[in-house]
Amino acid sequence: MLVYVIRRSMQSVVVLFAMSLLVFIGVYAIGNPIDILINPQADQIDRERAIAALGLDKPLWEQYAVFLKGALTGNLGKSFVHATPALGLILERMPATMELAIAAMVIAVALGIPLGLWAGLKPNGIAGRSIMAGSILGFSLPTFWVGLMLIMVFSVMLGWLPSNGRGPTTMLLGIIPVSFLSWDGLSHLIMPAVNLALFKLALLIRLTRAGTRESLMQDYVKFARAKGLTNGRVIGVHVLRNILIPIVTVIGLEFGSVIAFAIVTESVFAWPGMGKLLIDSINLLDRPVIVSYLLVIVALFIVINLAVDVLYSALDPRVRLSEAKG
Amino acid sequence: MRSFVVLSRLAAVAALAVGLSLSPADAQELKIAVAADVTSIDPHFFNLFPNNNIAEHIFDKLVQMDPDSRMIPGLATSWKTVDDKTWEFKLRKGVKFTDGSELTADDVVFSINRVPNVPNSPGPFTAYTKAIQNIEVVDPYTLRFKYAAPYPLAPNDLSTIYIVSKKAATGATTEDFNSGKAALGSGRYKLVRYVNGDRIELVRNENYWGDKPAFEKVQFKIIKNEPARMAALLSGDVDAIEQPPTADLAKLKSDPKFTLTSKISHRVIYFNFDNLERSSPFVTAKDGKPLDKNPLLDVRVRRAISKAINRPAIAERVMEGQAIPSGQLVSEKLFGHNPALKPEPYDPEGAKKLLAEAGYPNGFNITIHGPAGRYVNDEKIVQAVAQMLSRVGIVSKVETAPMGPYSSRASKQEFSFHMVGWGASTGEASSPLRSLLATYNRDKGLGAVNWGRYSNPKVDYLIEQALQQVNDENRSIMLQRATDLAMADLGIMPIHFQFTMWATKKNVQYTPRTDEYTLAFQFKPVKG
Repeated sequence: MLVYVIRRSMQSVVVLFAMSLLVFIGVYAIGNPIDILINPQADQIDRERAIAALGLDKPLWEQYAVFLKGALTGNLGKSFVHATPALGLILERMPATMELAIAAMVIAVALGIPLGLWAGLKPNGIAGRSIMAGSILGFSLPTFWVGLMLIMVFSVMLGWLPSNGRGPTTMLLGIIPVSFLSWDGLSHLIMPAVNLALFKLALLIRLTRAGTRESLMQDYVKFARAKGLTNGRVIGVHVLRNILIPIVTVIGLEFGSVIAFAIVTESVFAWPGMGKLLIDSINLLDRPVIVSYLLVIVALFIVINLAVDVLYSALDPRVRLSEAKG
Repeated sequence: MRSFVVLSRLAAVAALAVGLSLSPADAQELKIAVAADVTSIDPHFFNLFPNNNIAEHIFDKLVQMDPDSRMIPGLATSWKTVDDKTWEFKLRKGVKFTDGSELTADDVVFSINRVPNVPNSPGPFTAYTKAIQNIEVVDPYTLRFKYAAPYPLAPNDLSTIYIVSKKAATGATTEDFNSGKAALGSGRYKLVRYVNGDRIELVRNENYWGDKPAFEKVQFKIIKNEPARMAALLSGDVDAIEQPPTADLAKLKSDPKFTLTSKISHRVIYFNFDNLERSSPFVTAKDGKPLDKNPLLDVRVRRAISKAINRPAIAERVMEGQAIPSGQLVSEKLFGHNPALKPEPYDPEGAKKLLAEAGYPNGFNITIHGPAGRYVNDEKIVQAVAQMLSRVGIVSKVETAPMGPYSSRASKQEFSFHMVGWGASTGEASSPLRSLLATYNRDKGLGAVNWGRYSNPKVDYLIEQALQQVNDENRSIMLQRATDLAMADLGIMPIHFQFTMWATKKNVQYTPRTDEYTLAFQFKPVKG
């Protein structure tokens, strides 16, 4: 187990390195940020000075070397436009995105698994059919549209919920600023979280339903019933535990993508998270922030995947975390 | 308290629902949704529109601009030339920073010296300070600025430099400003909180020397997404928004709960022609083969293109009436406007005739480039122009890109015919003339944004003379003559001046500005 984790961590470093190189070259190819950053009234000499000040006059490999040297000491460079360390800027925005993502995942899991189970157990009932029909909507409606519709209905027409932004934050455990502890904060969180959760909710319903239907046919379920176990125990322990394995994998992967792709929801609801920061940075070609953001996301995916693998072995004793060959 | 807030919100909604007019909004707090991110509170770090928009509240300047972009006294009560190369500014007495200390000549000198020394500035304000050779402090309320050559633009330049407190800002970094520690000014508002990417909270400076703003507390919320910004206004979460989406204008105009305010901006939307002697990269013959010479060098071809464009139709249909066709660089109220220059009339037949004369009776193929999401309806304007050109035989394709990569390519002369916008932020025609139409010359600092590489020695001569002409009347004439010559060559081809728009709740009124700023102190409550 320990060897496995160490091996995976070393692979991760290689992935991070390759990623940084790709992103660096990609961002470099987009264009020179000074053209968009500098005020048009500036003359040629001012331009040259600004280019030199940001180190953009150096050849690509040299800029990358400077970046790499900093990265090894944990310094991913300073944002061009904010004049603060890029990593700090991202970490400062991270709690907002995390709160949104976790809230969305909680909604998706808390509703998705029970609804999926129900639909799987009673596939031909009215409820089962309605759940499945609803999940199609969750899949097919574009996030930005649903977000705007939510705002139209609940903010503009009914006036129940605020249309944008994050509510006041309080410190959780003294270090993490969260907004869900007050009603005002929670009211800001509801719509964006629901909007972000919809797609995942639909996905979980379908996965759970398919898994349930499949395992109901399995011998071990028949055997359990034959043993005279209660219906609750058969479903709650035998069925649920077995279908959880693929679901945990998907939840893990999807959690990463919820964080990375909360961008649309964040911009529709003006939620001050990392995704919004990324979009702003791309618009201003703020290279250090773009590169750092993507590295943070890659690191996040790596950690989540590792966590999923470890969880896997806990759920299914047959899975062993060892030096898998081939 | 909280339940009271909820209740009052419900009450407000109920009032809206039954169509009652709201009582004049809580004259205490004003919430404004702005369209672009504020990257820093340091007023000398980054010359970027949204940053300056906030700095306008917290800091004061020697010279202020009125809503029509005309200079009015700010911290300086008067200014005059001592000789051609020396300007004297008299400071207002008794102006206090918000910590109670007095603002004197030392703070002004400190601020101007700070401008070129802010570390890692991606867009410094040095264009406005570098002509100053030295500053003489005659007494705590009198300053003399010395220039190497006669310099008429000193007051214009100083209308862009924010004055910070020497005591608070000595040794301060940009981060110290962002945290609020060093952000000490003498402006109409004080900074309460700057939440990066989310909002800026301000509170009125009760000791401001001039008229006090109507609203005691102000919150700027950053909502870049257009429909979301609009929804924030409709739902009552904010009192005012800038740049309402053009698609919603009709709805806003007809809705009695809201007011739409607009004003002609100092920004001209124009096209650059490729002026290089080469086979222009995006112009080909009708059969797709490259042309050995660049047809855009021929002024008849340029005139034909200009005649083929139906400017009133663009202003009416594409811009929903929120633009005014233009035949020059600055709009009516700005210094150096030439009243004789009218927008080119729409004349497709004349265009075809000119093309035939120039040796292109069947036209040619061209790809037009434009920015996406930088100016109001930018992509739609380019598309409209492409259709209009195709009608006279110039078969046009359109390619657009976000401003970042777009400007990188445009500044390297990679395009043949492309659209840009220019805001004359110093309030006079010398700004576009020297940056857009003067021959590209690094050592003189001229033509820095002359992306088409237009060059006419006569225009250059007039611009250089004007930039040293301290007499306003003479300078105005020179700027008008230079504009006249450059427009006869179609050095650039103006399309229109765009309008800047603000939408507010009925109970709030905004005095709109040419310079596009959204300034909290220009909002006033009105009885609904």
